Amino acid sequence: MTREESSGVRDVAVVAFAQTDVLRTTDELSEVEMLMPVLHSVLDRTGLKTADIGFTCSGSSDYLAGRAFSFTLALDGVGAWPPIAESHVEMDGAWALYEAWTKLLTGDADTALVYAYGKSSPGSVRDVLTRQLDPYYVAPLWPDSVALAALQARALIDAGDTDEPALAAIGARSRRVATLNSRAQLRGSVPQGEYVVRPLRTGDCPPVGDGAAAVILAAGERARELCSRPAWIRGIDHRIEAHALGVRDLTDSPSTRLAAQKAGVFERPVDTAELHAPFSSQEVVLRKALRLDDSVRVNLSGGPLAANPMMAAGLVRIGEAAARIHRGESDRALAHATSGPCLQQNLVAVLEGEPR
Amino acid sequence: MSKEPVAVVGIGQTKHVAARRDVSIAGLVREAAQRALADAELTWADIDAVVIGKAPDFFEGVMMPELYLADALGAVGKPMLRVHTAGSVGGSTALVAANLVAARVHGTVLTLAFEKQSESNAMWGLSLPIPFQQPLLAGAGGFFAPHVRAYMRRSGAPDTVGSLVAYKDRRNALKNPYAHLHEHDITLEKVQASPMLWDPIRYSETCPSSDGACAMVLTDRAGAARAPRPPAWMLGGAMRSEPTLFAGKDAVSPQAGKDCAADVYRQAGVTDPRRDIDAVEMYVPFSWYEPMWLENLGFADEGEGWKLTEAGVTELDGDLPVNMSGGVLSTNPIGASGMIRFAEAALQVRGQAGEHQVERARTVLGHAYGGGSQFFSMWLVGASAPQS
Repeated sequence: MTREESSGVRDVAVVAFAQTDVLRTTDELSEVEMLMPVLHSVLDRTGLKTADIGFTCSGSSDYLAGRAFSFTLALDGVGAWPPIAESHVEMDGAWALYEAWTKLLTGDADTALVYAYGKSSPGSVRDVLTRQLDPYYVAPLWPDSVALAALQARALIDAGDTDEPALAAIGARSRRVATLNSRAQLRGSVPQGEYVVRPLRTGDCPPVGDGAAAVILAAGERARELCSRPAWIRGIDHRIEAHALGVRDLTDSPSTRLAAQKAGVFERPVDTAELHAPFSSQEVVLRKALRLDDSVRVNLSGGPLAANPMMAAGLVRIGEAAARIHRGESDRALAHATSGPCLQQNLVAVLEGEPR
Repeated sequence: MSKEPVAVVGIGQTKHVAARRDVSIAGLVREAAQRALADAELTWADIDAVVIGKAPDFFEGVMMPELYLADALGAVGKPMLRVHTAGSVGGSTALVAANLVAARVHGTVLTLAFEKQSESNAMWGLSLPIPFQQPLLAGAGGFFAPHVRAYMRRSGAPDTVGSLVAYKDRRNALKNPYAHLHEHDITLEKVQASPMLWDPIRYSETCPSSDGACAMVLTDRAGAARAPRPPAWMLGGAMRSEPTLFAGKDAVSPQAGKDCAADVYRQAGVTDPRRDIDAVEMYVPFSWYEPMWLENLGFADEGEGWKLTEAGVTELDGDLPVNMSGGVLSTNPIGASGMIRFAEAALQVRGQAGEHQVERARTVLGHAYGGGSQFFSMWLVGASAPQS
């Protein structure tokens, strides 16, 4: 008897993952052109066609595209004909995956295609992100994303949770392991660089880049048919915190901790973690909230410090964690995605491969 | 495997107006949310998750406003999802929230959609030029007018039908205290004498720009049993999308709309929508879309929709009332407009629609569409819980 039959709850797995190279600029490509090879690649991995997919969900941002309804033309790239069951979140693709997961749980679909993309290169992403702050009291001051992260880093240093050399080591490690990830934007020994906003140096901040990612989910036996070692989603949850930085303890991430607890992270140790920590200081916060010790391999892909395609970087974390399970390099992995200034909103998923 | 039945136990709207200068975006959404909670006799603590939707962020000039709105919607410490599916978003948002309940991920979910168009300029937001991409041609009217003209040619409808729809919807709006346009001196002659904007669409046959929000509390069977007022039960819900630009697209009656309706009817066991459905809240931003969607949704054969409108079937006291609330033609906070359709459908089957209540409305359809007629979301709600 499968777990599905015994409990009435469906098991859902990530069965395929594909991503683009993350590049500093992709002037010659539209978003649709950037996305299409990834869609073809992820479908090829399972042998599925668009018409075979039960539900499609995407994540992207009009503000990055500089245009209202920017996601509508991406849909043309999916090939939505005959018409498809489809939805979109104006969030990182990790949340699109969450929506697709709930859709599969209802039994309305057995497979789902999830994709996300973002081009940060056409504008100044530091300036663009100020537009997501409180529009009346904060956004008019244009505090940029690095300045806000620097406030958080300063709070951590003041609290004795880290220091500048420790932060530098996080950046160096991320880019060193990224040598093994051909998709990453910054690889190899990259100097820590000058201060961008004290105490954060270039090496503490994510590169600005363009990229896309896609994942296929499947439920129950369908997952086993499509993938020799499915990455089962054992739990997934996300939580948001207050927006105003003044009412948050920036040295902690209660929303990550709560999401992790609801997702079952603390029930058994994980061997691998892919953390969406765009700034080195945020990895410190997340490691504490997720109780990750040195036995856990963190961001073997290089993480967001090596490649941070806006709106896709969270979905990439889930995809990278799942791909390790597919390849037999992990048995129980944690994937994390974030959104908003200073880790305001956080999603945590636990993925498992069946015993070998 | 069975889905949890989903019930609507709380509905709240703001009074929709051209500009709510007295409240911030946060104040606006909180007003609708608090009314929905009050209707359900629940508190913020009873809500497990928040699902919020709106149309493009450029309409207010705030990127991902749900981050800023987390506090105002009591979402701190909870899951919060942000949906965006163009004009259909209000409907899609409700369906995403409903799926959380149906999947038994959460017991009680607050869902809300809004637009505060006065904060910025929607026409500007729709007209940003981007290389290599088709613009929406200076607002929505310019995009949709040729499709209306195509419908008229194809169906042979007389050119008076559009004004009949507008005249009906504006009169219905007079009975709805939340509607934006309350034109007490409206006459058919005034609609027909209004300026031509995008031939054949006249000024009085178009939707206004509104500030407004709509919220619903969705819950499971146990939550419905505790509800103080009759719940509306979701009998079926679906989304469908098709490409914007391709040669095979029928812009007059898109296949995605037909497929979406067929899925909803299948879930609800509806075999003859004209007989089985009592009333419709339909997304009609330009008057001619009423007869067009009557056909697309299966209430009339192809080319016959306008005859229902002309015969008065869709009037408030007709055999198949359409847009009892006044519809999008009377109230259009774009991101919220789809959810208002869904919520008004629920109000009808709960018997709580006040002066625009339809007698014996037991099964009512809520409908929304968006983009270049490429995104559709619909739900059918009933006064009784679904079978099985």
